[in-house]
Amino acid sequence: MTWLWSNLDEVGELMLVHLALSVPAVILSLVFSIPLGWTAHRYAWSRGVLLSIAALLYAIPSLALFVSLPPLTGFGLRSPMNLVIALTIYGVAVMVRTAADAFDSVSREVRQSATALGYSASGRFWGVELPLAGPVLLSGLRVVIVSTVSLATVGAVIGVPSLGSLFTDGFQRGIQAEIVTGIVATILLALVLDLVAVLLGRLLLPWTRTPSGRRASQERAMETTERVAGAA
Amino acid sequence: MIEFRGVSKQYPDGTVAVEGVDIVIEPHTTTVLVGSSGSGKTTLLRMINRMVDPTGGQVLIDGTDVATVDPVRLRRGIGYVMQNSGLLPHRTVVDNVATVPVLTGVSRKQARARALELLDTVGLERSLADKYPSQLSGGQQQRVGVARGLAVDPNILLMDEPFGAVDPIVRSELQQELLRLQGELGKTVVFVTHDIDEAFLLGDQIVIMQQGGRISQAASPAEILAAPADAFVADFVGAERGKRSLHLTEVDGRTVVVDGDGRPAGVLAP
Repeated sequence: MTWLWSNLDEVGELMLVHLALSVPAVILSLVFSIPLGWTAHRYAWSRGVLLSIAALLYAIPSLALFVSLPPLTGFGLRSPMNLVIALTIYGVAVMVRTAADAFDSVSREVRQSATALGYSASGRFWGVELPLAGPVLLSGLRVVIVSTVSLATVGAVIGVPSLGSLFTDGFQRGIQAEIVTGIVATILLALVLDLVAVLLGRLLLPWTRTPSGRRASQERAMETTERVAGAA
Repeated sequence: MIEFRGVSKQYPDGTVAVEGVDIVIEPHTTTVLVGSSGSGKTTLLRMINRMVDPTGGQVLIDGTDVATVDPVRLRRGIGYVMQNSGLLPHRTVVDNVATVPVLTGVSRKQARARALELLDTVGLERSLADKYPSQLSGGQQQRVGVARGLAVDPNILLMDEPFGAVDPIVRSELQQELLRLQGELGKTVVFVTHDIDEAFLLGDQIVIMQQGGRISQAASPAEILAAPADAFVADFVGAERGKRSLHLTEVDGRTVVVDGDGRPAGVLAP
């Protein structure tokens, strides 16, 4: 505890750095997964290809990806950009399948009804399919948040500062309190971001808060979370 | 007026859903397409708003071939009510009803005000306006579906087995409500059902479809009962089973109507 109090500033700063690495990666993962997941949902032939690629991406060892990216991207080895890109790749790998499932979860009946009402294809996507895919997308996003926040620590090994620096530094200098602080801070950060996602979900998906609506979307979300967790 | 002229639909795999259909649907009348599943009745209905395009023949609305009209614009001008209401689960009742007017550019405020009036029209409490569809009973959802179908005050209302998924008591309520509404509004209603009793109750014109998407008979309910075109129609309307061959018998000095099985169907009004 004494270690934490005397290094509070540094821990706080690393937390912000960690946040600046993970949040863009989480958002980018969501942004890229939605069109990919929609394509996998819409075109049966693409599903196998896209989901296999996603699974393969996830199989790349993180350290190998971190060191092989800089020559490809042109950013320096220690640039946080590389880490954000790597985290986004893993995020997309986790999220694409969930995004495909999310669009699958929108019932055929509702889609047909939207068409019959006179929605254009794009209007139907933004006005009906995307919001209704929301609950399952959110469940996938929560997995991505936790995995990204935890994976970002690995960057410390190649010299990109994050809460992971507390592990590497603490390990080298033999300060156990520093390692424990790193672990606790990482978990805390993941939990806080998860909570933010849940609150945003409540705000943006108000129909899921009604008793029967909640039951239906919880069941769907739980099935998906189990599958994602199983796959990861 | 809606006209089907030699309309066919064959899917790429060779399945024929509809074959050589000619129907004329007069304005302000209710036409019921009735048949068992696989008879092409829903396919026919969906050709009117181009959810399905025919592979042969033409569908005309007031003389215009619908194939020449942009499908999105066409659909926004035609009311559509489907089984299980087809309400958008993420929109409140009032927003569901206001969906199409908002799509066509009416302001949200105006569309909502009109939607509230429509809730009155279909006999729903305004207090339900801010609920989500999942919070409503099946019958209530179906009423919202009807209100939504009427939202742009369309001339044509398409109803695809709208009361198929509700219990018999509610169904009968909704049928009476539709008759009342139709009496007030006089829309051109095209209604799909597999329930011949529902067809007789609601239809000015009944179109009986058989497997393979061909019309067996298109006529008024009375004509169909009086002169079924063939054995299929006679069987379908229940004439063969004695269900509709009623006769009179005297009981305690009153004239009672009984069906072919001898079960009482009612008393003859003096």
